[in-house]
Amino acid sequence: MEMAATAPDSPLERAAARASNHRVTDLRARGEPFTWLLGGCLSLGVVMIIGFLLLVLWNGFLTFVPQKIAVVTSKDGKVIAGEAFRAERFRPAPDVLAALTPDERSAVAKGDGMIGRTLYRVANFDLYGEDFKWVIDPDVKSVEYPADMVIVERLEWGPFIGRVEAITLDGKAVEGNDLKAPAVVKAHEEARERWARMREIERDEIGALNHDLEVARLDVRRAELKYGADSPQQRAALTELDRVTKDMQSQFARLTAEVQALRSTSDKYSVTFADIGDREKVVPLANIVRAYRPNALTFGEQVGVYFSRWGEFLTAEPREANTEGGVMPAIFGTLAMTLLMVIVVAPFGVITALYLREYAKQGRLVSFVRISVNNLAGVPSIVYGVFGLGFFAYVVGGTIDSLFFPERLPNPTFGTGGLMWAAFTLALLTVPVVIVATEEALAAVPRSMREGSLACGASKWQTIRNIVLPRAMPGVMTGIILAMARGAGEVAPLMLVGVVKLAPGLPIDGIFPYVHLERSFMHLGFHIFDVGFQSRNSEAGKPMVFVTTVLLITLVAVMNAAAIVIRSRLKRRFAGSQF
Amino acid sequence: MSPATVTTARTGNGISPQLQFGETVTHIKRGQQGIVLDIKNLNLWYGAAQALHDVSLSVEQGMVTSLIGPSGCGKSTLLRCINRMNDLVDNLKITGAISLHGEDIYAKAADVIALRKRMGMVFQKPNPFPMSIFENVVYPLRIDGVRDKTVLQETCERALQGAALWNEVKDRLDQNALGMSGGQQQRLCIARAIAADPEVLLMDEPCSALDPIATAKVEELIHQLSGTYTIVIVTHNMQQAARVSDNTAFMYLGRLIEYGDTEVMFQSPLAERTQDYITGRFG
Ligand SMILES: Nc1ncnc2c1ncn2[C@@H]1O[C@H](COP(=O)(O)OP(=O)(O)O)[C@@H](O)[C@H]1O
Ligand SMILES: [Mg+2]
Repeated sequence: MEMAATAPDSPLERAAARASNHRVTDLRARGEPFTWLLGGCLSLGVVMIIGFLLLVLWNGFLTFVPQKIAVVTSKDGKVIAGEAFRAERFRPAPDVLAALTPDERSAVAKGDGMIGRTLYRVANFDLYGEDFKWVIDPDVKSVEYPADMVIVERLEWGPFIGRVEAITLDGKAVEGNDLKAPAVVKAHEEARERWARMREIERDEIGALNHDLEVARLDVRRAELKYGADSPQQRAALTELDRVTKDMQSQFARLTAEVQALRSTSDKYSVTFADIGDREKVVPLANIVRAYRPNALTFGEQVGVYFSRWGEFLTAEPREANTEGGVMPAIFGTLAMTLLMVIVVAPFGVITALYLREYAKQGRLVSFVRISVNNLAGVPSIVYGVFGLGFFAYVVGGTIDSLFFPERLPNPTFGTGGLMWAAFTLALLTVPVVIVATEEALAAVPRSMREGSLACGASKWQTIRNIVLPRAMPGVMTGIILAMARGAGEVAPLMLVGVVKLAPGLPIDGIFPYVHLERSFMHLGFHIFDVGFQSRNSEAGKPMVFVTTVLLITLVAVMNAAAIVIRSRLKRRFAGSQF
Repeated sequence: MSPATVTTARTGNGISPQLQFGETVTHIKRGQQGIVLDIKNLNLWYGAAQALHDVSLSVEQGMVTSLIGPSGCGKSTLLRCINRMNDLVDNLKITGAISLHGEDIYAKAADVIALRKRMGMVFQKPNPFPMSIFENVVYPLRIDGVRDKTVLQETCERALQGAALWNEVKDRLDQNALGMSGGQQQRLCIARAIAADPEVLLMDEPCSALDPIATAKVEELIHQLSGTYTIVIVTHNMQQAARVSDNTAFMYLGRLIEYGDTEVMFQSPLAERTQDYITGRFG
């Protein structure tokens, strides 16, 4: 506009005018403010993600570090022993203030009116009825860390904090009260082995006997349903049941005797502990998972305790209402469910996308279907849970039960939540992601490649199978990765279709048919919810929440990494150096 | 060789008067083996827009026929009608007839897949598949279900030699075809097109994405293939048409203006529009 106004006449002048006009580019035209905005948004997101991860990792990895046990003596003479769990400042209520000495009161008033306090994990739930105690700073007379304090992780009642009073091995007291004495360590190992053996008998072997009996009983019922009561078949089955029952009774007696023997041996091994107030508690050696003196650990021993706790966490079964022990069944359940979900969702999503993109006539109906599929991703996941329970478990599972397992009714087999229905429900939940990603990938296959194949005389299906699908595979993998991430982290619908707090058995075991898709299972996501918010003592469960979260995140990351490796392998085939 | 003749093909009605289209001027060089492809009164609409107007043209067996004309005049469209690649386009309408050895390829009962196997096609941009060189070449056999190793290997060697590529790639047949240079890729596509031993080879500007050396190689190849194969080649490069083809068809705005002996076309075209185009007055 400027140029038109001055209207220079010679070409040189005009060129000069142009040059001066163009020297400064408008800030908005350069787009720099937008770049800043975008950069700002990105860094905010990154900071939040990193902060979240750091919080989870920090708490998760510190949980298993052995903590020192403080013995706190109050001014009124009370003594407690425990791990310092958390410290904070709070605004005291009037009665708290009233209990302070005038000096302390004025010190508080001179400050910001806040008092510090510390939460100690005093454990010994069986003696105290609580796990934690608050101590306010002005009350503290002294804090000591005596070397002979012992923390005992035991199978019942949570940890115990105190001192060793007496050790009894094979009915005889041993001198020294030293838990690290070779004889004690050896006796402890043997006691734990006996315990494991008892558990094996009670759970696996007697379980197998019960299973056989149940099979024989169901045979009778099936024969009755099929051939009628008192038919020759039913009588044969009854005879068989008799035989199995007798057989089982003799074996059962044998196993019970073995358990009895083990138990009476175990009873002769125990440790007597005393809490800080000298109240005694006898703990069978077999029930002690780990006992050590946290205040007297060398660095090497600390590391040992740390990793042994991690080892237990990863490989053992939960105990103490899930707040202690391991999460192996939950890891297993999460993995099994996610993999099963992928096996279901991948073909289902790919086939749907193939039909939508390649075969269906692109018109209003297809657009409508596509929009609906996209919107499915916005349906609350609990709705899928309700659907999964109602349709998969009750309708499909109920039908399967009445067709194939009539003898077990009214006990449901497939007619209730289970691993398979959970995987199906999550597959339904995540299928839009796979469909959308696959459709995009199919659309991105160059037209020239399809034409090349068709021009060779390939049919449409041959072209799709040989050229289009392989080429779209990386995109499909992206969809599967997203679906997996979404599915592995989903909890709400699972609570309706098969996840339980404590599963009686793994979905895979040694009993025919080895894979039990109808069983309920444990899941890390639900475990987090359960431990953190549903347990007797959520304060005690809190550290486990972080550890389990770390584990779940790691699991998802590992599964995704595996899928990404596969994807980049696939991609490499298409990344030729063109020209 | 017959003297220049003027066919009686009529153009459609509805021509705007100022364009003054005449009838197609035809003076083709005849081969000894007769006609392979016969296109009669072909009209084609993309939706409402007519892209081909009453095109009639016959292709001599064993000869190279080139289609020239300014871009957008319908050369590719015509070529893609020959192996029915246009079937993929929605809202397409075609009238007229194309016959291959007297068989109507647009007949209801025609087998499109079998038809395409009889005609190889090479595209403007090299489009090798993301597979090994070997698998690319034998792709037409694979889809026919050929499993015999020796047959596949022989075909691969024959096709690659036919495409003058054998010596360059014989040691790396198992490597990914996408790692080859553009010129090699295009010759690979030619090898793929001749692997199934087609009767006709259709080429749509096969050199437009190639550098001059690769172009020379492909042109040399076309020379070698002529006689064995009937070749229809679309090109916007007039020198190329002059170099490689026996007959040349000049198209303009969806109409076939002149179709005849390449030498005549480039030295003394009979139609005024051809003259203008060849001398570079438009297009
Ligand atoms: N798939 C299509 N849909 C609609 N119009 C098309 C399509 N392909 C080509 N056309 C139109 O048909 C005319 C001829 O195109 P084309 O045969 O590709 O020309 P050429 O190959 O001679 O450059 C052009 O006007 C083009 O816009
Ligand atoms: Mg073209």
